[in-house]
Amino acid sequence: MKNELLVLFVAFSYLALLFLIAAWGDKRAEQGRSVINSSTVYALSIAVYCTAWTFYGSVGRAAEAEPSFLLIYLGPTIAMLIGWMLIRKMVRIARAQRLTSIADFISARYGKSEGIGALVAGIAVIGIIPYIALQLKAITVSFDVLTGYQMNGRQSGANISFLLDQSFWISIVLAIFIILFGTRQLDASERHEGMVTAIAFESLIKLLAFMAVGIFVVFVMYGGPTDLFAQAAAHPDIAGTFGMANVPGGAAGWVGLLLLATLAFLTLPRQFQVLVVENVDERHIKRASWLFPLYLLAINIFVIPVALAGLLLGEAAGAPDSFVLTLPLSAGLEYLPLLVFIGGLSAATSMVIVETIALSTMISNQLVMPVLLRWRRLHLDQTSDLSGWLLSIRRVAIILILLLGYLYVALIGDSYSLVTIGLVSFAAAAQFAPALLLGMFWRGATRTAAAAGLIGGFIIWCHTLLIPGFAQSGWLPLTLITEGPWGIEWLRPYQLFGLTGLDIHTHALFWSMLVNVGLILLVSQFTRQTNLEQTQAALFTQAFSQDRLHTNLWQGHTSRGELRQLLTRYLGPVATQRFFKAFNDADKNIKDEAPASPDMVSRAEKQLAGALGSSSARVLINSVVRGEALDIQAVLSILDTTSQTLEYNRRLEQKSNELARIGNELRAANDRLRELDKLKDEFVAMVSHELRTPLTSIRAFAEILKDNQGIPIEKQQHFLEVIVRESERLSRLIEEILDLARLESGRMTLKPQHIDLAAAVKQSIDAVTRLYEERNVELTLQLDIDVAWVIADVDRLQQVLINLLENARKFAAEDQPKVHVSLTARGDQYRVRVEDNGTGIPVDHRDRVFEKFHQVEQGSKEQPRGRPKGTGLGLPICRGILTHLGGKLWVDDPEKLGGASLIMELAQTEAPDQQASETINEH
Amino acid sequence: MQGPSLVSRLVSLTLLGLLFFIPPLVLLFDRPGSYGFSMLPIWLFASWLVLILLTAWVMERSDEE
Repeated sequence: MKNELLVLFVAFSYLALLFLIAAWGDKRAEQGRSVINSSTVYALSIAVYCTAWTFYGSVGRAAEAEPSFLLIYLGPTIAMLIGWMLIRKMVRIARAQRLTSIADFISARYGKSEGIGALVAGIAVIGIIPYIALQLKAITVSFDVLTGYQMNGRQSGANISFLLDQSFWISIVLAIFIILFGTRQLDASERHEGMVTAIAFESLIKLLAFMAVGIFVVFVMYGGPTDLFAQAAAHPDIAGTFGMANVPGGAAGWVGLLLLATLAFLTLPRQFQVLVVENVDERHIKRASWLFPLYLLAINIFVIPVALAGLLLGEAAGAPDSFVLTLPLSAGLEYLPLLVFIGGLSAATSMVIVETIALSTMISNQLVMPVLLRWRRLHLDQTSDLSGWLLSIRRVAIILILLLGYLYVALIGDSYSLVTIGLVSFAAAAQFAPALLLGMFWRGATRTAAAAGLIGGFIIWCHTLLIPGFAQSGWLPLTLITEGPWGIEWLRPYQLFGLTGLDIHTHALFWSMLVNVGLILLVSQFTRQTNLEQTQAALFTQAFSQDRLHTNLWQGHTSRGELRQLLTRYLGPVATQRFFKAFNDADKNIKDEAPASPDMVSRAEKQLAGALGSSSARVLINSVVRGEALDIQAVLSILDTTSQTLEYNRRLEQKSNELARIGNELRAANDRLRELDKLKDEFVAMVSHELRTPLTSIRAFAEILKDNQGIPIEKQQHFLEVIVRESERLSRLIEEILDLARLESGRMTLKPQHIDLAAAVKQSIDAVTRLYEERNVELTLQLDIDVAWVIADVDRLQQVLINLLENARKFAAEDQPKVHVSLTARGDQYRVRVEDNGTGIPVDHRDRVFEKFHQVEQGSKEQPRGRPKGTGLGLPICRGILTHLGGKLWVDDPEKLGGASLIMELAQTEAPDQQASETINEH
Repeated sequence: MQGPSLVSRLVSLTLLGLLFFIPPLVLLFDRPGSYGFSMLPIWLFASWLVLILLTAWVMERSDEE
């Protein structure tokens, strides 16, 4: 028995260590250096999900050669993936309203309903107690296996007095731990820092212990995984393949179990506690959403090898649920089994601690307090300080829960294997999911509907899982399962309405969810929400968009004194002092008779909610506030206004963006218009200037002729010649201006017809030959094509060609002036190039020569040759005409002579019929 | 330039997780591998690890709050 004493000593030393760690965590929190303000600690605390059920039970399930134990951990992985949207929302709502348990959360959503709160708390207690019992049983069994191994597997201590039963004493120690670290302060929404620190530590220990066994089994007992799998495959007793064929319920059972684990992960009271209530900072969810799944993966990686090794060991390994212990024991090791035992102990105790805290809060706030408040008017009115009461209720609840758990072990005993009990509890917790999730995302879910869904789902759960479990334990006749209650066959719990082919858990999940979700959806259509429900529904569903919404919900009035009295009674003097200190900063002399501000009342309600639950807090505040305590209509209109305002803001932003865009367009158009206006002014000025020059000289010479009669005849002749020339220039100018105006307004009428471009070029050259000869300009013509048909207006085309030739003549070099004209085909275009050997046009001026009145300065800067003759309208007109004809005109790099090189292009066309070409040839 | 939001990435990852873990894709790997054991657990562990790594990558890169 020395061994037994040693184990006991180690176990209680471990528990003592937990006390130290928790005390350290609390101390750090008091000093303001929180240990749990870390995403890693948060992820480890979530790992309270891995209970003794994981530690021992996974191997048990895997030993049946089926891989579905993994689904219990894949579900939470999925849940954590959506955690950033889902869990963060829960954290935000719970923090804003100081909600302290899942029962409180769901009841708050449905109008702070006492009924819903009590319902959830009741279901949780009934569903979870067996799960706590399971943990205690695991501790007992593992203790027996460890100490009684040599005596060939003495099974659980059912025959010995409870005073000698270790699980009884461990329950007592746990109760003390939970009371010490779980009920230190009244406000349950304040975090249990020490407790969470201890839980995170326990998570590390259980992972370490399981990994140690895994590594020992795979690499010490066997020569690595390959060796183990080879031996297992050769063993005749191991028939399973870890395939889908071994999974109960097949593919449907697979999906069902995954769904069950996902929902339970979110709704189990202890998960809600660590995920939501104990969350320090919502940003921690980010890292936890991958770190926690990684933890799950690590703790599961050795499950199959350990299960196989246990099966290979045969008889000596005992029950599959104990393989983790019996394998190192069979190898004759001293300390590894002890470490494993501690690992299992930590898995079990962490679960029991958190679950008990969560349940005790629910029992005190949702079950006991509402009843006490009803009785208050009869009995407790005179009691001045009820805060002690509250803590006592919670402490009694803790002891009660652990006692019930212990009794459950003693009574139900060995009838269920670990995994079965766990899944039954999962299915119970999953009943909260529809009310919780629908409530968070659908504003229309009503209180009556939620109650109906919860009750319906719970009844189905009782019928399909809980009661048949009793039957299997021998409390009820087995005929209940085989023949159905009262012999009604279609009510058989495992084949409800004759549904077969599913495993019992998927079967129960299917029916309970069908009823639960169905009732919520259905009843919601036919019931109305109260005003408070509507408010809460809006606050829950829009938690992300309205986190800045601070409205003073309380419109009634009360005095500070009354409020102080109320808080003192329920929270104790210290907390009340702290509460009022925050308000008294500004003015210390406010008397108790002074009215309490709406803000103060609403904060007082939250303070009470943290300690008593939201529904009780509301009842209490209502008892001291006179008048219409809560102007719900106003609140609702504020909420609606807020969401409307958000919508308006969004639309307004859209509109203003649009306006800004239109404004920019308008500005651009305006700029363009101004530029055009400026051009117009410049044009008018230019035209006036150009017209005035010849007019001035005509007038000057005419006056000379008029005033001086005695001018010699030759001189008169000369003057008249000038007048004629200037008049010609004037009329040409006017002609061009008219052309330009017609071109720009689009009123130029063209008569397009088939024209031979080659002939047109020759004709144009003929027309200018005399002028060329006058200046001795050498003109060369290069025609690559003899006949080049295009569609154009004959006169206009001539005008363009002559203009180009004239320009070339004017700008050709002083000495040995040369002009080269070529006609080529390029693609589907004909191209006429007119090039001179003058100074050319600089690249940056090439587009400007097509501007109106732009004239290229000639000669060098030192010896300017002045403006050339001409109007400066020729090229713009030419380009306009060609554009009208579908052609192009531009200045190109010189090819042969190095001067200016202008190119016009016109599209090729087919030769016309005979008659048409004859008319052209007449020109 | 704003990349795709964290939420849209997480929703995609969730869908990927469902694809990995529920039939019919798991059935594809439910066939005997070495020593006659099903490949299913190998597939589950491998896809699980991939999913965790992807989540870690998405989460640690994001500074959304």
